[in-house]
Amino acid sequence: MHEHCGSSAATISVAGKGPTAAQDLLKGIWKENPVLVQLLGGCSTLAVTNSVVNGLAMGLATLFVLVFSSLFVSSLRKVVPNEVRISTYVLIIATFTTLADMGLEALVPETHKALGAFIALIVANCIVLGRQEAFSAKNNVWRSVLDALGMGLGFTLTLTMMGAIRELLGAGSFFGYNVFGPRFEPWVIMVLPPGGFFTLGAILLWLGWWRSMRDRREREKAAAPTIQFHAYEAPAGPAKVA
Amino acid sequence: MSGPHVAEMPAADVPVVAHPQSWRLLLTLGVAGGLAGLLIVLVFNWTRPRIEAYKSQQIRAAIEEVLHAPQRTDTLYLDHGGIATKLSPSADPSKVERIYKGYAADGGVIGYAIGASEAGFADQIVLLFGYEPREKQLLGIKILDSKETPGLGDKIQKPPFYAQFAGRLAPLLGVKGKAPPGDKRAIEMITGATISSRAVIREINNAVQRWQPLLDRYQRTGGTN
Repeated sequence: MHEHCGSSAATISVAGKGPTAAQDLLKGIWKENPVLVQLLGGCSTLAVTNSVVNGLAMGLATLFVLVFSSLFVSSLRKVVPNEVRISTYVLIIATFTTLADMGLEALVPETHKALGAFIALIVANCIVLGRQEAFSAKNNVWRSVLDALGMGLGFTLTLTMMGAIRELLGAGSFFGYNVFGPRFEPWVIMVLPPGGFFTLGAILLWLGWWRSMRDRREREKAAAPTIQFHAYEAPAGPAKVA
Repeated sequence: MSGPHVAEMPAADVPVVAHPQSWRLLLTLGVAGGLAGLLIVLVFNWTRPRIEAYKSQQIRAAIEEVLHAPQRTDTLYLDHGGIATKLSPSADPSKVERIYKGYAADGGVIGYAIGASEAGFADQIVLLFGYEPREKQLLGIKILDSKETPGLGDKIQKPPFYAQFAGRLAPLLGVKGKAPPGDKRAIEMITGATISSRAVIREINNAVQRWQPLLDRYQRTGGTN
């Protein structure tokens, strides 16, 4: 155990500073966004984002389950034997999913009805179990909670954004408030299942295009000084020999 | 020759992995399960009254709507094949069907609020309707639960469709396009949502067919048993 900790500390110091709290938190929102980069949680992403409220509620429910599961899994990581760790994670996740389900039904019954079975299906969301196995089981409580919070926020923001796009186009409203007026004919397909695929596809397409543009810019930027370097080095060479 | 050599190699290199004892695995899962159960039961006990209160408030509001704000309502039970004002001791209250009788301010009976649930285009359409059995007239309907297609079938929950039912006579008849003026049975179906519209109409007709003889018998006997 000590050796392991030492080596990982060494790796971190070689690479520069270790991940800061901000990095642990922010990576889930953008760099490793669970939906847009890791492409996880597609079931609920496509199914319940037909309005802003539904997307937001689903995101927050998942965030709740993620944070509490990470809190418990990371606190118990040295107590739970390796052989029963997955069973224990699933038990913890299932418990908090049940609590989220009952809590939503008691506090916001209308939204709970709209989300239907998908709240209960948080238990099967890859993001939740994935973070436990990939992060919380290996890191301390503070970092695990930050990681879960970041991933949950990334999930919530993505679902809310998708809900906003689909509700605006498919119902002409935002948070239930009419935006485009009575003369707007809603694109009903956007709030139906195909609309989920269209929206996610369009976002991923845009993101891929944006990333390739950014990479090209960076390559060009990196290439530019090399040319100057050679141009400078060429006359200097022979001068040194002479 | 190489056999024993190879066999010895891993023994020297692989560290001895201590497997935890079975009781530790059992204890871990047992304690985790117990704590999880405890937490769930606590939250269940806290949320249940709120959930129940919300459901009964939903039904109360729906009764108010379909019977046009009655002065007071009585709950009637379907018990042993007849309508009764009181449940017999042998009946299971959680399984008995209920209808609600609404009274006007002058004490006269407005009508009865009757629940119905049948398959629509997607899942069950649960609704409540107000009904006056002497005239066989509908007083109003309220969709309580439906998962009909957004933008199409879910128009059954919007006034242009459901407001038609008040004042119509059973059995209802769904028509495409404009209903003939003066036709007291015609309901205009929603363009693009014929299945959902037809399901609501069929649901009400079936419920009326089922409850009419029961209500007739109940009223013949003075509505007191």
